[in-house]
Amino acid sequence: MGRSYGDTALNAGGLLWATRGLDRFIDFDIYRGRLTCEAGVLLRDIQHLCVPRGWMLAASPGTQLITVGGAIANDVHGKNHHAVGAFGDHVRRLILQRVDGTVIECGPDLRPDWFAATVGGIGLTGLIEQAELQLRRVPSPWLSTESMPYGTLDEFFDLSQRSEADWEYIVSWIDCLSGSLNSGRARGLFMRGNHAPLSDGPSPRTKAKRVPLIPPVSLVNPLTLRAFNASYFHMGRWRAGYSTQHYEPFFYPLDNLRDWNRIYGARGFHQYQCVLPPEDSAAGVQAMLAEIGRSGRGSFLAVLKTFGDRAAVGMLSFPMPGVTLALDFANTGPDLERLFRRLDAIVSQAGGRLYLAKDSRMPRTLFEAGYPRLSEFHAYRDPGLSSEMSRRLMGE
Amino acid sequence: MKHILIVGATSAMAEQSARLWAARGDVRLVLLGRDAQRLEAIAQDLRVRGQAVKTLTYVLDFESAVAIGALVRTVTQVAPIDIALIAHGHLPDQPACEGDLGLAARELSINGVSPVLFAEAIAGAMQSAGRGALAVIGSVAGDRGRKSNYVYGAAKGLVERYVQGLQHRLATTAVRVTLVKPGPTDTPMTAHLKLGGAKLADVGAVARRIVAATDAGRPVLYTPAKWAIIMTVIRNLPRAIFHRMNI
Repeated sequence: MGRSYGDTALNAGGLLWATRGLDRFIDFDIYRGRLTCEAGVLLRDIQHLCVPRGWMLAASPGTQLITVGGAIANDVHGKNHHAVGAFGDHVRRLILQRVDGTVIECGPDLRPDWFAATVGGIGLTGLIEQAELQLRRVPSPWLSTESMPYGTLDEFFDLSQRSEADWEYIVSWIDCLSGSLNSGRARGLFMRGNHAPLSDGPSPRTKAKRVPLIPPVSLVNPLTLRAFNASYFHMGRWRAGYSTQHYEPFFYPLDNLRDWNRIYGARGFHQYQCVLPPEDSAAGVQAMLAEIGRSGRGSFLAVLKTFGDRAAVGMLSFPMPGVTLALDFANTGPDLERLFRRLDAIVSQAGGRLYLAKDSRMPRTLFEAGYPRLSEFHAYRDPGLSSEMSRRLMGE
Repeated sequence: MKHILIVGATSAMAEQSARLWAARGDVRLVLLGRDAQRLEAIAQDLRVRGQAVKTLTYVLDFESAVAIGALVRTVTQVAPIDIALIAHGHLPDQPACEGDLGLAARELSINGVSPVLFAEAIAGAMQSAGRGALAVIGSVAGDRGRKSNYVYGAAKGLVERYVQGLQHRLATTAVRVTLVKPGPTDTPMTAHLKLGGAKLADVGAVARRIVAATDAGRPVLYTPAKWAIIMTVIRNLPRAIFHRMNI
């Protein structure tokens, strides 16, 4: 789909394999909720096929406009990571096509080493051709949700901890300019949801809007951001409470605003997503928010979420126990990189890592420190494949 | 249960249209093509996409009048055909055809003669059954011969004239025949054009319009719609101007 934030799927001067043509379903066992399909099928097509029949992807990220192969290769996660793990936790089988012509079938119980290398392996172990997914049962496309404001990180962590047992979906928006090191303040909106039985609620608006043009300067800038975040927070506080929501706007809020990346102008944006282990997470997030607040940068799209206490499937999978903070930054060049270096230092000191799926700039040292299973991974690489990212972070 | 016949089922437009029909459920899809393995992969996909979808695949010689006649008889023996889509085609290399008459003959046959023989056989079967909707994929290229693409254009022109004749013949019956004229569309057939930077229509959107036009029994469909205007201009350009254009 060409929707990677970073350079995992870039290969300047070389060949790029577009896999959207591999978009066929192969089998759907409606009794056991097992779907086999080619790797170019979109998550949206799976949801549209399966939800009316009582099944849904067990884990899906903030957009459904991505392919199954991409979801596996990045081992993407969703709002229910604490409950069900990441995308790779629900893959039963995959078929890997290597450049030399060999075909490797693997899964959690078949060549598990190949499976662990390929899940989260950012496409470097071969071309994922097809996959078998275990779906989860859903009574309807609806969710019962609750949202509430929080004013400090302690409140956020407390809400997260108290919600994890009873709520399958948990996520929070955070005002990235609200934090300061001393006050402990950090305001945001906490959202949680569970699948709801059949509901008569209104169907969601399906008409997609589009950002019609690329503005000459980023519309997200220090002038607009503070006002925008403040009004979003107060609006959210005012509208807090229970509601019934369709899964599409709840899981994929931006999918109905096509080309939303254009609001950042022609120079685009960077995503910065890190995870910090539990011991240091509160202090680490507070320190990062203080840095961001000082810079006045950042964006409206800022997400804070705790991960579940489980080991990831993939050798290079991103999720680990702790808290993850995801932020967008309009690309302003060298001074943004200076901010990233300061954030890197906090991540590195806390023993955290950055998400490969969203990266195009992390220093190699931070990558090596954050991904201790990297040495294991090398043996499974397809020598015929490399990407901008692999050459940048692994040297080949 | 609707009985749907798709000729050239491995074509991207046909496959996307078939997905829309399959999603409705309760259909029997008969898929014709040249490559059994690719047909089976498509059939498998279609069975997953809808409830109560039955599929049947056939491989045949698309240039044999005998094979075409026999196959349409076989298919109609099970049940009358409700909907048929004739979608096969091959974009020729125009300069190569100019230097190789054998190649030109094959391109004219597969893009022109073959689809009209299918159309004749299917329309006849639908007329006997007293109902049916037949859609044939022509092309905007059939609207006026142009130096860059007239072997293909001539074949598609034959398809257009033939469909007109069928529409005239069947006007007093319940059988509807639709001529679809897509503009350049993003499919494997035009992959080399895309590399050259051509702006191509989305095949899913084209398929949605094909299915809607077939359902409605529309006589002619330009898709995307802007091609109706563009081709009106091209058809009516005075020769003096047209001959100076490099199209």
